[in-house]
Amino acid sequence: MRNKMKVRTYKNFWERNKKSNGYLLRKTAGDWAYRLIRAILVFGLIFLIVQPLLNKISISFMLEKDLYDSTVISIPKHATLENYKLAMELMDFKKALWNSVWVSLLVSLLQVAACTLVGYGFARFEFPLKKLWFGAVILTIVIPPQVISPSLHLHFRFFDIFGIIKLIRGEPLNLLSSITPYMMLCATCMGLKSGLYIYMIRQFFRGIPKDLEEAAYVDGCGKLRTFIRIMLPDAKPIVTSCFLFAFVWQWTDSYYTGLFMSGMKVLSRSLSGVATVLEKYWAAVYNVRPTTAYTQCEIATGMLLTLLPLLLLYLVAQKGFVESLSQSGIKM
Amino acid sequence: MAKRSGKLRNLQQGNAVAGYLFISPFIIGFIFFEIYPLLQSLYLSFCEVKVATGGFETTFVNIANYKKAFTIDAYFNQMLVEELRNMAINVPVTLIFAFFIALLLNQEFKGRGLVRAIFFLPVILSSGVMVGLEYNNSLLNGIQDIIRESSNSTTVTSTLEEILTVSGGGLGRDALNVVFDAINRVYDIAMASGIQIIVFLSGLQTITTSMYEAAKIEGATAWETFWKITFPMISSLILVNLVYTVIDCFLNSNSNLMNKITTTMSRDLDYGFSSAMAWVYMVVVVAVIGILSWIISKRVYYYD
Repeated sequence: MRNKMKVRTYKNFWERNKKSNGYLLRKTAGDWAYRLIRAILVFGLIFLIVQPLLNKISISFMLEKDLYDSTVISIPKHATLENYKLAMELMDFKKALWNSVWVSLLVSLLQVAACTLVGYGFARFEFPLKKLWFGAVILTIVIPPQVISPSLHLHFRFFDIFGIIKLIRGEPLNLLSSITPYMMLCATCMGLKSGLYIYMIRQFFRGIPKDLEEAAYVDGCGKLRTFIRIMLPDAKPIVTSCFLFAFVWQWTDSYYTGLFMSGMKVLSRSLSGVATVLEKYWAAVYNVRPTTAYTQCEIATGMLLTLLPLLLLYLVAQKGFVESLSQSGIKM
Repeated sequence: MAKRSGKLRNLQQGNAVAGYLFISPFIIGFIFFEIYPLLQSLYLSFCEVKVATGGFETTFVNIANYKKAFTIDAYFNQMLVEELRNMAINVPVTLIFAFFIALLLNQEFKGRGLVRAIFFLPVILSSGVMVGLEYNNSLLNGIQDIIRESSNSTTVTSTLEEILTVSGGGLGRDALNVVFDAINRVYDIAMASGIQIIVFLSGLQTITTSMYEAAKIEGATAWETFWKITFPMISSLILVNLVYTVIDCFLNSNSNLMNKITTTMSRDLDYGFSSAMAWVYMVVVVAVIGILSWIISKRVYYYD
């Protein structure tokens, strides 16, 4: 005999609610209220972050008279591309963009390559004074660049390795006009935020099980080859992530570029100089100073132009920025 | 047996050599581009530096530069205190904000991917030169605020703020002022907390759901679950984020003190005084980070 279990189904919400002594209703109402509050909160916070960006976009399409028109808030009355044309001209956009692209690419590649090696070394090998050297990595993160930059500046102005160059050329090299000094810094993990990348990459490698490498060693694979053939493909997410961060931070950096590549026109530097150039331009053309509002409008346009490539990159590689970093399992 | 231990030693030696080879780029960089300039800047801070044609000459002046920074210069002390005060407010607020957002983003809801993408946008929007320009913009906003205030139009929030600050007295008022200050700066805080949110979120995702399920079955409320499970599990990341936020806060090259150091160097060419200020600042930064991480690391709970 089959035991037929009788299951009563309650189709109606109110019926079920009655059965649970009103718990269901309370629970559902609470859930919905929570969702509503959360939605409002999330919307508000998103608005907070996005609003300045939207504001800049709307300003950048306005003619100057729209800026003073109190009836114009966000939709320009006289939409124009004039601002973009002028900003591009003032920033020497094409040249600066090209320079920014290749400098940032080169810098971030060098940085990531060096930091991956070092991070792997810290994660996988036991050697004397390891703690001390890792302390040194933390120290490089903590020391303000302003402390060492004047000395570095002089160092590269009169560059010499143990007096060798002076012997050959008769005078020390002045490296400041080229990008060599900064490349040297990046290749030796002393670039912008290099310590942070070492730290992140080390954390990532520590999370990968050792079995793979040991298998490779048993099969007679050398240490460097194991690293390149076995470990590096595994570390793709964190390397991509560090590369993206390095690229973005280099793109917007004006401190190091100003210090070591003052002759080079890159976007970040021409952006911070936009106000001055605009003033000169107005003085030459109209013989007056540009108004504060108009200067701000030009700066906003310039910022958008600088950010646009980064935003596109972010749209394409959003996963690379976020997901891999959250996989790395950062711990102290 | 002897042979075996010899092999082991060989292996260890091989590891040590390989390890040093791997980190050699860092060692070279650290010695030549970090320690050497650091010591040179320490030396310069005890000197008066005169820039001459084709080089610079130094005369040893003992602690005159430090004396100048602390007793003669009108702004240095004030700026230093202001930096510390800013940090004391910004860091906890940023951490709380980031933690809160991470909790929010860790929940399931529609469009979570998009919301996450937007919350991490500040990592791009608030980097390098952008912060400085944004700062100037906020200066402009300040002017606008003053204009608005003088034109006598009131907003709901400002009235509320006034009522609360006037009615509460003494300590309560100070506390409220700190809160209002933080609310006014919520944009800056949101902009500065992109990385911290990612770090917290990654931590939240490593907590196994079985723990929460067990707690739920045992009848723990959400509040208890938060303090007994979520908070301890994430405490090591609080340390990471704390250190990151403090560094980010201090090394912000747009702060008044940093500007002062840079302009003293590049405009006044007073390398000695600039180095002295930078060294004082660095010692303060390292001390603050050291003390904070020492205090917190004692309370951190490690699961594994």
